[in-house]
Amino acid sequence: MVVLAHEPGLKQAHFRKVGLPALLLLPQLLILLFFFFIPSIRALAQAFLLSDPFGATVHFVWFDNFKALFDSESYRNSIWVTIWFTLAQNVVTIVIASILAFATDRVVRFQSAYKGIILLPYAIAPVVAGVLWAFMFNPSVGPVAFFIKSFGIRWDPNLNGSDAMLLVVLAASWKHICYDYIFLVAGLLAVPKSLMEAAAVDGAGPIKRFLQIAVPLLGPTLFFLMTMNFVYGFFETFAIIDAVTHGGPAGATNILVYKVYQDGFINLDLGSSAAQSVLLMTFALLLTLLQFKYIERKVNYGI
Amino acid sequence: MVERSPVLTAICHLILIGGVVLVCMPLYFAFIAGSLTMDEVQQVPLPLLPGGHFIENMAAAWVKVNLGQLLINSFIVAAGITVGKITISLLSAFAITYFRFRFRLLAFWLIFMSLMLPVEVRIVPTYEAVANAALPIQWIIEALNVSALWEWVSGHRVEISLEWNMLNTYQGLILPLIASASATFLFRQFFLTVPDELLEASRLDGASAMRFFWTILLPLSRSNIIALSIILFLYGWNQYLWPLLFTTDRDMATAVIGVKHLIPRSDTEPTWNLAMSGALLTMLPPVLVVLVMQRWFVRGLVDSSK
Repeated sequence: MVVLAHEPGLKQAHFRKVGLPALLLLPQLLILLFFFFIPSIRALAQAFLLSDPFGATVHFVWFDNFKALFDSESYRNSIWVTIWFTLAQNVVTIVIASILAFATDRVVRFQSAYKGIILLPYAIAPVVAGVLWAFMFNPSVGPVAFFIKSFGIRWDPNLNGSDAMLLVVLAASWKHICYDYIFLVAGLLAVPKSLMEAAAVDGAGPIKRFLQIAVPLLGPTLFFLMTMNFVYGFFETFAIIDAVTHGGPAGATNILVYKVYQDGFINLDLGSSAAQSVLLMTFALLLTLLQFKYIERKVNYGI
Repeated sequence: MVERSPVLTAICHLILIGGVVLVCMPLYFAFIAGSLTMDEVQQVPLPLLPGGHFIENMAAAWVKVNLGQLLINSFIVAAGITVGKITISLLSAFAITYFRFRFRLLAFWLIFMSLMLPVEVRIVPTYEAVANAALPIQWIIEALNVSALWEWVSGHRVEISLEWNMLNTYQGLILPLIASASATFLFRQFFLTVPDELLEASRLDGASAMRFFWTILLPLSRSNIIALSIILFLYGWNQYLWPLLFTTDRDMATAVIGVKHLIPRSDTEPTWNLAMSGALLTMLPPVLVVLVMQRWFVRGLVDSSK
């Protein structure tokens, strides 16, 4: 018996009750109300208010906070820093993950051992990853810094902005390669063997097959991963920045999320911090919509 | 594999060994640094073999930031977040897939809106919400002018002021992080694939809605719950910004915050040996979880991103 669903996402066999589902939803909705909706609305309200750090006087200032943000040198700098940081991190992560996934797909021996080790950084907290990389590249004691300096290259992430940027990009990528890697390995497994065999009969070598058959088939997965890499770079690298550079030197690694924190909790500029929060939330919503597009394309990433 | 190509296979092994080295190098250097004394760790280049002070450094790091207490806190917070998220997500997924009621779609969208808006983007207002969770109730009381009403009724002037401060508490560390659109959707997707006959049969047997949930739906979700638990445990254990803001009391912080306090600053002694041994100790529980439960972990990761 086939009956069309009356409502999307509702089971064909269902209960008709009001009290019980309300009770079941209550915990989730209460948490959302207190820690999500009310704070978001307050951020929206504060973004249009100007108050002194002690909250004694408050004025409604329309878009002044936003205007001040885009006029300020440090915010514009922070936008550029974020763009460079997320782009570089995205490229490094996805290229290395693709190469590793390609290699994993080709080997039989030790495959699960390789996978097991390459997955490890996922378990490591960003701040811990940050500490490890800060030590290796520490200009006075770090072993890798010593190695770099032995070539006569100057290296000091505490003074030189581009050194600091390189360091946080490497640390952030190191932590995130495993994520892209898992999805790409799963995606490669799902590429139909018959396609690969047909291409091989036509004389295409393994690398050509990877680039011309697997990569296009994995297109949606790659798109999804790039979106997730941006989300990661934007929002989840806070701890790495805080452990390695504190946004310095001179704002060279001061990504937007770190700046919200600095302005809100250290400089106590609530209006500006709230305006920044509103901009970030808008951006996060845009990324969500992008993800929607991805979901619509219904790719298969079954493992 | 389509064709045999020993050279390419060898190159692939080399690439993968390179990947393994890349992953392990920071961990190995951390292990070396964690086994040296403070003076030894200052020498350049760093020795390539570990020294003999590993246990000693761990003990020193343990005492310096009260790591024992912090690890216990991390366990409580990670477990609380895991259990909390799974519980409320299971319940709300059950409500929106198995019940027909007027505000079903509204509830669905309210939950969905919270997807992808991490706490990092609304730090200050959420901090205020946790510093005094009773604030919204206070506004309602003020808006309704309850105290004026009470004065009119009883003739006494009463100031009503509510305060529910969650700073430096476990609930303050856990509650703001347990709302979860993605876990709710994971369970929703799974419930939609459960055969309708199961509910029809249990109804014929006279089972109530909750009985159906407990005896049929929950056991069927077991593997989803395990896979998701691993991801959520890692998520909870590795939380940074939240504990950093909410725990002004150092003994209420989590282990990752302890690692932050161990990092040498330009104005402190360069105790990298303690920082490294603390970092290794802190990463041990989640790394063990991933190593032991690799299959479940991969499944949870892929599932929870759907």
